[in-house]
Amino acid sequence: MRARVFNRTILYVVLVIFAAVFLIPVYLLIITGLKSNSAVGLSHMWAWPNPLGFSGLSQAWQQVAPDMLNSVYLAVSATVVVTILGAINGYALAKWKFRGSNVIYFFILLGMFIPYQSTLIPLIRILDKVGLFDTIPGLALVHIVYGIPMMTLIFRNFFADIPGELIESAQIDGNGYWGVFRHIMLPLSIPGFVVAAIWEFTQVWNDFLFGVAVTDPPNQPVTVAIVNIAGSQHIQWNVLMSSTLLASLPTLIVYLVLGRYFVRGLLAGSVKG
Amino acid sequence: MKGFTKKTGVAVLSVATMGALLAGCGTSNGNSTSGSGNSANTTNSTTSTGTGNSGSLEIFSWWTGVASSKALQQFINQYEKQYPGVKVVNAAVAGGAGSNAKAVLSSRMEAGKPPGTFQVHAGNGSLLSWVQAGDMTPLNSLYKQMGWNTKFPQSLLNLVTFNGKIYAVPVDMQRDNVLWYNKKVFAKYNLTPPTTFNQFFTDAQVLKSHGITPLALANHGNWETTILWSDVLLGTVGYTKYDQLMSGKVGWNDPGVTQATNTFLKMMQYTNSDYNSLHWAQADGLVAQGKAAMNVQGDWAQGYFTTTAGLKPNVDFGWAPTPGTQGVFAAVSDVFGLPSKLTGTDKTNAENFLKVLGSSEGQKAFNTLKGTISPRLDANPSDYNAYGQSAMASYKKDKLVLTPTQGGLNPGFTTALQNAMTQLISSQNVSQFVSALQSAAQQNPLS
Amino acid sequence: MNQSGQTTASESPVGVNKIRRPRVRVETLWAIFTLIPSIILLGVFVYYFIFWTGYVSFTKWNSFIQDMHFNGFRNYVAIFQSFRFQSDLRNMVFFTVFFMLGCLILGLFLAILVDQKIKAEGFFRSVFLYPMAISAAATGVIWSWLLNPTTGLNLILHAFGIKHVPQWYLSTRILPNVHIASISGGFPLAMIAVLIASIWQWSGFAMALYLAGLRAIPEELKEAARIDGAKAMRLFFSITLPQLRPITTTAVVMLMASSLKVFDLLYAMTGPGANFVTDLPALNMFDTTFQGNEFAQGAAIATVLLILVLIFIIPYLIGTLRKEVSK
Repeated sequence: MRARVFNRTILYVVLVIFAAVFLIPVYLLIITGLKSNSAVGLSHMWAWPNPLGFSGLSQAWQQVAPDMLNSVYLAVSATVVVTILGAINGYALAKWKFRGSNVIYFFILLGMFIPYQSTLIPLIRILDKVGLFDTIPGLALVHIVYGIPMMTLIFRNFFADIPGELIESAQIDGNGYWGVFRHIMLPLSIPGFVVAAIWEFTQVWNDFLFGVAVTDPPNQPVTVAIVNIAGSQHIQWNVLMSSTLLASLPTLIVYLVLGRYFVRGLLAGSVKG
Repeated sequence: MKGFTKKTGVAVLSVATMGALLAGCGTSNGNSTSGSGNSANTTNSTTSTGTGNSGSLEIFSWWTGVASSKALQQFINQYEKQYPGVKVVNAAVAGGAGSNAKAVLSSRMEAGKPPGTFQVHAGNGSLLSWVQAGDMTPLNSLYKQMGWNTKFPQSLLNLVTFNGKIYAVPVDMQRDNVLWYNKKVFAKYNLTPPTTFNQFFTDAQVLKSHGITPLALANHGNWETTILWSDVLLGTVGYTKYDQLMSGKVGWNDPGVTQATNTFLKMMQYTNSDYNSLHWAQADGLVAQGKAAMNVQGDWAQGYFTTTAGLKPNVDFGWAPTPGTQGVFAAVSDVFGLPSKLTGTDKTNAENFLKVLGSSEGQKAFNTLKGTISPRLDANPSDYNAYGQSAMASYKKDKLVLTPTQGGLNPGFTTALQNAMTQLISSQNVSQFVSALQSAAQQNPLS
Repeated sequence: MNQSGQTTASESPVGVNKIRRPRVRVETLWAIFTLIPSIILLGVFVYYFIFWTGYVSFTKWNSFIQDMHFNGFRNYVAIFQSFRFQSDLRNMVFFTVFFMLGCLILGLFLAILVDQKIKAEGFFRSVFLYPMAISAAATGVIWSWLLNPTTGLNLILHAFGIKHVPQWYLSTRILPNVHIASISGGFPLAMIAVLIASIWQWSGFAMALYLAGLRAIPEELKEAARIDGAKAMRLFFSITLPQLRPITTTAVVMLMASSLKVFDLLYAMTGPGANFVTDLPALNMFDTTFQGNEFAQGAAIATVLLILVLIFIIPYLIGTLRKEVSK
């Protein structure tokens, strides 16, 4: 079926080499996380942890665990809301163009280029005014807003590829604005949703700047805890690496679960050649 | 700043609705005048301001490491024992030399949303800037009430006093001009810690000929070389001129600055070449392992030597003032102040916490765990380890000076200095460096 | 050759609406209505903030005292005269270009590999995507160790008998080193290290985008082409690549936005570097604003940064929109 560009053996050799190269830093992350703090050092960074120490891991878990739930609430709610918003925007902008719709598209897109560090002062003021400072919904709102441009971009460009004939035939079948969205756009853009959700979840989960600026404990996301346990002066590398590993697991699970939906177009049969 | 609120009123309103809709957040009582940390949790509106045993207290610092967070907890424990009704929020934020913490703190201060009390360095840096901006409340009456005016040396109080008003409570004392050395390496080559630059270069030559890095250096954080430079400056021009430079009384085109910078560049030739990739603790590690012989570092290095590297003070490692700086103490002191925006319960709670911070029991519990010394004159040396005792002895008799890297000077000047330093160590262009300092001092007045 | 991609697009509802039905349709109202929440939110959190930043950049607010008096273009003059900001501009150009190229090419390559109906697809996909899940701060630390010239990956190069190992981010060389303003113009070799780390982190997402794009290409297109007797390579260039154009647009814009936000990674990995060889405007802005408390100058850097991005991105976006209409 698929174009066999590569000979299968060469294909796997190349894949394995790339995977190995990609995993070298992860390997270093893991062995450093399993060392005792005093065994971590540049000159012996490649050495296998001897003895294997789980003190870093358990210390990391203790401190990361309480904030893990905050991050889950935050990342899940923000991801769900903003992917839906993005899909709705993308649909409107890709398939129902009106006078000025490209201007609105630009207006939305440019939002992703704002340097976040420069927004902190007015951001804190506004959140404080509306009573959302130091709340998880407030932080979620920030992520939702700054996620809109990217989500709109991803969905608009996915939808742009869907042939107009499909929409026309769906309309003839009696579907309105939302009918077309539900029956044509959504099923066809499942991989688009996967990519969008992967992006947004990762962004929200790994954000440090907003988390540290607009929340206090106990409302802080896990990234703040990670940076904090590493310390300001005496950085405990093993704890930093262990907690990074722990905190990356939920994201990895999201990748694995969502990755299953990297499937070929579900409506493939309906495109006329 | 004032115009901000009105102009955005309408927009903010719609966002408030949006926010509530989107995030599923039920209520927000919109009470933005109560400056304290937790708008969602301030439900106990009973205004029993007098007792200071209600409401909440947000403590902002960059003490998140193992030792320092345990140490901070001592203060919090003592406070909670006295005021069990107050909800304490320990809003510590880590970051190399407090960089993240500073960003969050200045954003919140400038946005008019200060924490209850916060950590800052004594001196003419951020503290003075905040005082000048009218963001801080003077603490003279608190000092009088607690009798602190005689409990801290005047030399230290000078660093937190502006126009006769005291603005902060010092909780610890650290020293920046310390030369750490590996005793075994020094003994092996019959060396003594250098007290002059000439002796430093003689020692360095011996060490270099034996394949040992004379001076371990880190510069990952971009401030470590500046510490070395400022110590060389102090050792070259002496206390009086240094003090005048730091307070803007003498221009930076002084020949002493050029001379010191040349000496500094010469010292750089005796360092490890990969300093730009190392964190300060990794440079200490080179000394601990005997790969390097000396290291110029603040006295937080002793925490690394004793705790992480497991070395014995005065046996495995030793210390001395950096060359030419005997009798002078480059002081880095963490202090806490009272934001002027606080009112009512928040203010009472913060004041009560400051009382704990300045207390002798509080400081003992804090500093012994943190590895620093209490700045109080009545602190008992026997509570501290060998290094702490020697530091305390110097602190009580030495002259105190400010350091440019850690909150000692106008922050704008410090940033310009570090930028100029980054250029200097690659370009080796001293005259360019000096003129950069001059213009930096013009744009960011030092007094 | 199959032309369905091209022919269907011109018959899309867009054309239908514009030409045959001048009156406002209910669908258009829905479209506008659904866009309103996003427009309001972005209006406040992006455009009001941009306005605010631009306003601050013309004031004297260069300490904690919020001095909102007009300062003319002095903040802009100051940053453009500074050695650091000039270095930042040079670095940003090279970083952005190579970062985007690296991620796009590697991402597309990996996507094609993964799309070959391979065994353990999920494993490989996750391995390539995983770097994105690791916090930028930890990524920075790990890569600063890996690319430390004396202890990192150079040990492997040594083992292969390579004598002149690269200095990575400690290199201070700039090629070709032409004198421009007060800085040396050219590509700072130390940037290679930062590029490796950031491409490692982001190319997985480019792969995911391309993979989703490949999976959205209807099978029939390829089938038809195959019946036409198209060879694999020709199939790729004549069918697959054109179909991926909107994805590439997405990826370019997304990577451009990410390249401006490498702040955490850079901060943990190299900082500004010797003589600012690895400095980027975001880092400078952070130091200026929050270390130096020079809020107005920091705002000026942010404003320049935004304008520069717009200069690059707007023509690109207009170009892609034109292509969409014409096809």
